[in-house]
Amino acid sequence: MEYSCANYELMCNECGKRYGNRPLSGCPDCLAPLEVVYDLLNAKGVFTRDSIARGPASIWRYARLLPVPEGFQPDLPVGFTPLIRAARLGARIGASSLYVKNDAVCFPTLSFKDRVVSVALANARKFGFDTVGCSSTGNLANSVAAQAARLGLKACILVPSDLEPAKILNTLVYGACLIRIDGNYDHVNRLSTLIADEYNWGFVNVNLRPYYAEGSKTVGYEIAEQLGWRLPDNVVVPMAGGSLIRKIRKAFNELIFLGLVKKPARPVRFFGAQATGCSPISVAVKEGSDDIVPQRPNTIARSLAIGNPADGAAAAKMIRQDGGWAEDVSDVEIVSGMQELAETEGIFTETAGGVTTAVTARLYADGRIGAGETTVVCITGNGLKTTDALAGRFEHLDSRAIRPRLADFDAYLRSLDGEAEPELVAAGER
Amino acid sequence: MSIQVVLPTAFTRHTDGRKQFDSNANNLAALLAEFDTTFPALSTQIKDEHGKLRKFINIYINDEDIRFLGGDEYAFQDGDEVMLIPSIAGGCQAF
Repeated sequence: MEYSCANYELMCNECGKRYGNRPLSGCPDCLAPLEVVYDLLNAKGVFTRDSIARGPASIWRYARLLPVPEGFQPDLPVGFTPLIRAARLGARIGASSLYVKNDAVCFPTLSFKDRVVSVALANARKFGFDTVGCSSTGNLANSVAAQAARLGLKACILVPSDLEPAKILNTLVYGACLIRIDGNYDHVNRLSTLIADEYNWGFVNVNLRPYYAEGSKTVGYEIAEQLGWRLPDNVVVPMAGGSLIRKIRKAFNELIFLGLVKKPARPVRFFGAQATGCSPISVAVKEGSDDIVPQRPNTIARSLAIGNPADGAAAAKMIRQDGGWAEDVSDVEIVSGMQELAETEGIFTETAGGVTTAVTARLYADGRIGAGETTVVCITGNGLKTTDALAGRFEHLDSRAIRPRLADFDAYLRSLDGEAEPELVAAGER
Repeated sequence: MSIQVVLPTAFTRHTDGRKQFDSNANNLAALLAEFDTTFPALSTQIKDEHGKLRKFINIYINDEDIRFLGGDEYAFQDGDEVMLIPSIAGGCQAF
């Protein structure tokens, strides 16, 4: 259950030992995480702006720097989501060059997890797994279930029992075997590790994790390309396990190395966003510590509710190294962030996006990001999956309907403007 | 007093294939010291060059992360299940 590839292979982050390509996430010798490393020199002159431009409008345009086996035929148009100028949100929070990377519309399941899953499953097939799985806070579950269905693989998915109903439904509909675990994500993840130890399954975020994590780099490639092959000054990224933020940086560094973008005078600064109810990485950044103190999550941002983040220590170190920062916001601020992004930019994001939006506003308010700097905010999931978070925010819609008469409509508008409540009669009562 | 130690498959090459066994250790330090004599190869794998438990290993007591129970100071209770599991991390090589 391994394959060789001239372009990339697994290498231990600590001892440097190389392992070819196999379903393995930790070094058998020193237990450190394995990383996919590439022959970047060999990619020079091959991975170019022109070659990328000739590729499909999906993450597969960057396939040369993704760990996908030779002969892999991309099937789904994953990624290449819009990068939009966010002038109205920017005006509200004091940012004159603000962009939103909108993975709320990522194909096929409306979150950035589609990127990582497609790369992981390309390897799952190559390794010959007939069953794939994951531990998930929701979005990953949706994506594994959908893409496994498309590939004809069986899927076994473990989630915390308190997951949002929409995310459970969005997994079950694809015919996946979904198992709710009585515990939080960290309990679920530990169980997944034990299962992967006993069953010959491809767990995308356990034994396929080095491949899976590489899919996140495509967010970084796309940001650079969509900015006209330049890097932003800052990137604001939600943090759960702490992997995405590091992979965007890895993507930027690869592009600099290969000459596709100019090395900026000042390194791109990375800003991590967490919910206060689950903020182990944010706390470590603020305290200047490389040690992650695990937390018991208590937040509505369940997709970020990882109390013992696997890549947390490395993420905290990386953020500080380049002069970035991390912030965390309350559940009330999360909901306000969701509404603010929707009201200003027409983007309906899930609770994690509310976290990122609210943290971005605070970073500008606190002066950690200057008004004129170019900043990209990574929105990673869709609001339709967490509508429960908005329950009760629009009560007037439930209160009554008006009769189909212009006078009633006029009166209703006046009432919304704060005028004296007219004596409207609910439709259907007369 | 007796506790049950549970290991993942990756470690069993150092324990004659045993994934579970009993121990009389009363805390984590005592358990690791016990490994020095009972399974020296395991000791070498799970400790760094300073003799400390590698940072990539998580310890669970009856499904709870030992860090929620006082960390290294936690005194094992009779009947505890003590599980050692390598943490799963993706990592990112600086270059």
